[in-house]
Amino acid sequence: MSRDEERVDARDVAWYVDKVASTLIFVGGISAVVFIVGIFAFVTREGLAFVVGRFDFVEFFTSIAWRPTSLLRPTFGALGLIAGTAAVTGLAMLVSIPVSMGVAIYIAEFARGRTREVLKVLVELLAAVPSVVWGFIGLMIMNPLIIDVFDVPLGLGVLNSGLILGLMAAPIMTTLAEDALKAVPDSYREAGEAMGATRWQVITRVVLPAAKRGLVAAALLGVGRGFGETMAVLMASGHAIHLPTSVFDSVRALTATIAAELGEAPVGSDHYRALFTLGIFLFVITFFINLTADVLVRRVKKE
Amino acid sequence: MRSTADSYRARAEASRGRARLAPIFVTVLVLLVAGASCRRRDGGGSDGRRVIIQNKGSDTLLSVAQAWAEAYGVVNASVAVAVTGGGSGTGISSLLNGTVDIANSSRTISEKEREEAVKRGVEPKELVVGFDALAVFVHPANPLKVVSLGQLAGIYGEGGTIVRWSQLGAQVPGCPSDEIILVSRQNNSGTYTYFAEAVLKKNDFKLGSRDMHGSKDVVDLVAHTPCAVGYSGLAYNVPEVAMLCVSKEDGGPCVPPTLENARNQSYPIARPLFMYTNGEPKAETKAYLDWIMGDAGQCVIYEKGYAPATQVTCK
Repeated sequence: MSRDEERVDARDVAWYVDKVASTLIFVGGISAVVFIVGIFAFVTREGLAFVVGRFDFVEFFTSIAWRPTSLLRPTFGALGLIAGTAAVTGLAMLVSIPVSMGVAIYIAEFARGRTREVLKVLVELLAAVPSVVWGFIGLMIMNPLIIDVFDVPLGLGVLNSGLILGLMAAPIMTTLAEDALKAVPDSYREAGEAMGATRWQVITRVVLPAAKRGLVAAALLGVGRGFGETMAVLMASGHAIHLPTSVFDSVRALTATIAAELGEAPVGSDHYRALFTLGIFLFVITFFINLTADVLVRRVKKE
Repeated sequence: MRSTADSYRARAEASRGRARLAPIFVTVLVLLVAGASCRRRDGGGSDGRRVIIQNKGSDTLLSVAQAWAEAYGVVNASVAVAVTGGGSGTGISSLLNGTVDIANSSRTISEKEREEAVKRGVEPKELVVGFDALAVFVHPANPLKVVSLGQLAGIYGEGGTIVRWSQLGAQVPGCPSDEIILVSRQNNSGTYTYFAEAVLKKNDFKLGSRDMHGSKDVVDLVAHTPCAVGYSGLAYNVPEVAMLCVSKEDGGPCVPPTLENARNQSYPIARPLFMYTNGEPKAETKAYLDWIMGDAGQCVIYEKGYAPATQVTCK
């Protein structure tokens, strides 16, 4: 018997398997950190020479003249691109936040049985549509539709890409918001109903406040999605440098600019490094969006 | 107690059993990988005598380059030509990096690229393989038929004052806003650079043009947009758009964009198309380029809608 126990304690295969498994899981766990640091290091390395050398802070943020290949004098004003991304993301959020919150509330609080399951599957299916297909819809379906309905010369612009982006961001926001609503314990609802609250009162005064941080996280994740989306925006926005003054104006997004120009920018040129500077800028913005989300969530948690 | 020990032992045994399987798994994996790489090597072996010519560059030349590669496969089965696009700049930088044998370009090599070539010990050798005319496209409903280079510069160039169709004397049906919608290309395409040189005289483009990512996209957008004007290779002409006759001076005689006018250089925005090699082409590459410059090759570029570099009669 004592021999048996010795064998159990010995460093047998199971012990090694355990060690290997825990190492693998540890590597998996820190890989996210390694990758994010690696990506930041790479993007910074490629863009830094431009930032410390040729970079003109005032021009970058106040000029819309993005002419990196000008034969006269290359200029690198990113204001038009920043405004384009902001306009498209803003409209997308105006579209997707109310829609996805509504759908999430319906699925989580009202829909029952079959309806609920079918709706959930449909919403998730919407998330599976590739972004280039969304871009195609924007180009081939929405463009003529917008021209017809609003009688404008061209349907590629803020409205088109904002709607497309809103639809793209909606499924993930809906799913996350629904999870947040589902996480509110039923005892809250029961307590509300026991006090004579109507269903609407229970949702607006009890469930929504209780799920607030989850909902904020869902919305911010949608913002991040909008900021980073490339292909659909490239195809539906018209890709024209322009400070938008109406929703029908064509704009150009930061991401779309990188996608369209990086392939042919000679490696190591000012143009190439300027595109990486746009990448750094995008990275920093996304970082701050996520940081804000995190701070908000923590503050709500404390209350 | 005994039963616990037994179960421990059983579990240890079981895991050892699994462990005994592990080397087998590993062996199988190794064999699979080895087999796969062997097969790859075998594939390479049987293709060993098959020479691969790497050909990369201009999107304008892409469809022609692919047609050449395909047709040459019939002529000489022992040579395969791998064609990729990406733009003139990409092609030339690949030539400088030594990753391609032939770079396609719709513009001449720039001073900067020449300096880079000298630095890397590459000797770019230029060959004119055909001519491309940049056609100016409008919607077929647009009554405008003639445009001058000066007007084009006023439409596209920074500081240009032409923003409405009525300024050109055209009332475009389906375009109530009268606004000219500029369709252009992304700022590092050869077509964009050539247009800037030949039409804008190296001036900048107006900001706010819709910058499409391909020659065909320009034509597609113009076909759907009555207010639009766009420029693209002659080869991309389709019945859904109309091409403007271009004159050198305002009110001067205009030259329609045709193959003949492109080749004899009477059309104002026609350009030669180039293939670059590192030094004098040798062996298989030379044979390929000779074939391209021969009647058969020149008829291929003719069929693709460009003007041949040499006088040929194709059926």
